[in-house]
Amino acid sequence: MDLTIVIVIEMLYAVASLALISVGLAVVFGMMKVINLAHGEFMMMGGYATIVAVNLGINVFVAMLIIAPLVVGLIGLVVERLVIRHLYGRLVDTMLATWGLSLFFIGLATIIFGNTTTGISTPISGLAIGNYQINGYNLFIVVVSVLLMIGLYLVLGRTRLGLIARGTMQRPDMASGLGYSPERIYMATFFCGSALSGLAGAILAPLVGLVPTSGGAYIAKAFITVIAGGPSLIAGLVSSASVFGVIDRIFTFAMSPVIGEVALLIAAVVLLRLLPQGITARFFRGRM
Amino acid sequence: MTFNRRQFLATGTALAGAGLMPRIGRAADPIKLGSILDTSGIFDAYGKPMDHAMRLAVSDLNDGGGLLDRQIEIRAYDTQSDMALYAQYAQQLTRRDQVDVVHGGILSASREAIRQTMRRSNTLYFYNVMYEGGVCDRNIFINGVTPAQQVEVLIPYAMKQSGKKVYVLAADYNYGQIMARWIDKFVRDNGGEVVATDFFPLDVADFGSTIAKIQSAAPDLVVAPLVGGAHLSFFRQWAASGMKDRIPLASTTLGVGNEHKVLTAEEGDGIMVAYNYSQEIESPENKAFKAKWEAAGGNASEINEFAISTYAAIMTWAEAVRQAGTAAHDPVVEALESGLSVDGPSGMFTVDPQTHHAIADVRLMEIRDQKMQVLETLPQRQPMDTQAVCDLGANPDDNTQYEIDI
Repeated sequence: MDLTIVIVIEMLYAVASLALISVGLAVVFGMMKVINLAHGEFMMMGGYATIVAVNLGINVFVAMLIIAPLVVGLIGLVVERLVIRHLYGRLVDTMLATWGLSLFFIGLATIIFGNTTTGISTPISGLAIGNYQINGYNLFIVVVSVLLMIGLYLVLGRTRLGLIARGTMQRPDMASGLGYSPERIYMATFFCGSALSGLAGAILAPLVGLVPTSGGAYIAKAFITVIAGGPSLIAGLVSSASVFGVIDRIFTFAMSPVIGEVALLIAAVVLLRLLPQGITARFFRGRM
Repeated sequence: MTFNRRQFLATGTALAGAGLMPRIGRAADPIKLGSILDTSGIFDAYGKPMDHAMRLAVSDLNDGGGLLDRQIEIRAYDTQSDMALYAQYAQQLTRRDQVDVVHGGILSASREAIRQTMRRSNTLYFYNVMYEGGVCDRNIFINGVTPAQQVEVLIPYAMKQSGKKVYVLAADYNYGQIMARWIDKFVRDNGGEVVATDFFPLDVADFGSTIAKIQSAAPDLVVAPLVGGAHLSFFRQWAASGMKDRIPLASTTLGVGNEHKVLTAEEGDGIMVAYNYSQEIESPENKAFKAKWEAAGGNASEINEFAISTYAAIMTWAEAVRQAGTAAHDPVVEALESGLSVDGPSGMFTVDPQTHHAIADVRLMEIRDQKMQVLETLPQRQPMDTQAVCDLGANPDDNTQYEIDI
């Protein structure tokens, strides 16, 4: 019984962390159609921002939830102004440009922090479930992810701001005709996407040893999750993260972490064969 | 001063003639030492201290008047953590630079990329890294501990502190696979049992499910030959789940890249390891070495096992050159095979003539306050694993890396 609870928590954690690492990309790629290959590096910078802030004596939760997203969001803003804004609507070009950016950020982080592993310890202690000890921080990640999804849903679906953003993504000319400046809305959306990536990197930072190349570990999973999710931002993210997270954990527990990853990738291939437009192109249509 | 054509020709011919003179007897001609290390890229945490140690050793020798009254000249190449560059630079070292000796290589893959080039060109080669054991080649000298030296000491101690049921978590490439087999052997030899072994690719950073699996297997001890930055997450997540105080942990790799300084004290305290070197060794030699390292512009907190091995290997080679009276290949090999010893910051290194591996001190250590505190020193451990399969005295032409049957 205890083991069942532990496995369920692990599954929730797997789903939550997939959703978390993908949410920034979902905004930038899913909404804005910018293939951001530097997504992993945005996460990496979020991690470093957290570590630097914590080492300066700032409370770890403030560092993770406020400072890191702001820092990475501002970096994203600069990137948008200098590079991305020239490339809207040019899918392949954004891929090339952001790949270059990813190399640039890896180099920059290496110069600043060195090519060594750094990290901070988790701020939440372990807790006991029957005879098992689990990482309390995993539950924190689940909570943050759930709140993030709810928050995103409310902002995009229930506020005027979200309506304008969604409208602009669909028909920039109409938005412009109604008096909104698409350019500024794009800029704000890219800022939010970058900030979300930074937040994800920050929250995962205490669990891993961070190196400048850490971002590479996330980028593939994030893209798979977003693409398999399909056109609806939140419903797509939640549904594909659930499918992949659960499959990954079932095989990880039954066999090994390697088989878990393999199963995840096979599931992605099969899923995209059956639903080439993603899950939400067939199910939950028209949801957000 | 002006030259006419005749004078110019005469002087020119004389100079050219001098250049063509045989090189024997020109004492000032330097001995060339080749170095081939990753001093940039993902393995530079290992390579940079090794490079610093190499330069320190050579400048020490040159300050003492050089070798056989000749200065030593360094030819160093940075392989940028790219295995393809090893083959290329090995060709340059042996053909263009024609060095007298090569020290270098970090990963086992890099060693195997250049070993045959060195052998074919008859260039003496030193590999100064702890590795999985089994290389048998008369042209190579290996100055790093092998699994038998390390695990043979670590496992019985760790089992005595904990119990008989052992769970192994290993990196999924040749080092981890071979190491897991050695751990299994020594656990059985000590009357214990390995309840499970899990292998992880180098980029796995999420160990939550593994930690739950370990708990359902309920071992007395976890042994973790995990490698690299992503795997460091295990130690972090293990501590975060509160398991650290419930099941003791031992590792064969943690600390070589100074990982124990990345983990916080709460995460690292109590992890058992066994290596040749720790910065905390309380010997006058080690203190003097650390001072020297800093004087040469380094930072003593970055000295690692591989740096010490490199320094000792260059000193071993230098001693052999002195004894042989020449830097030529065969006499130096013979001098090394006489069972040469040198003393270093981590104790004595002795060349084992049978395998060309090192007989070295191994220290049992425990990580405490981000330091590897030495608990016990076991002097002069033999590379028993390689000795079981390799006898260069009987088969001098051997040229294989044996996979040791355990």
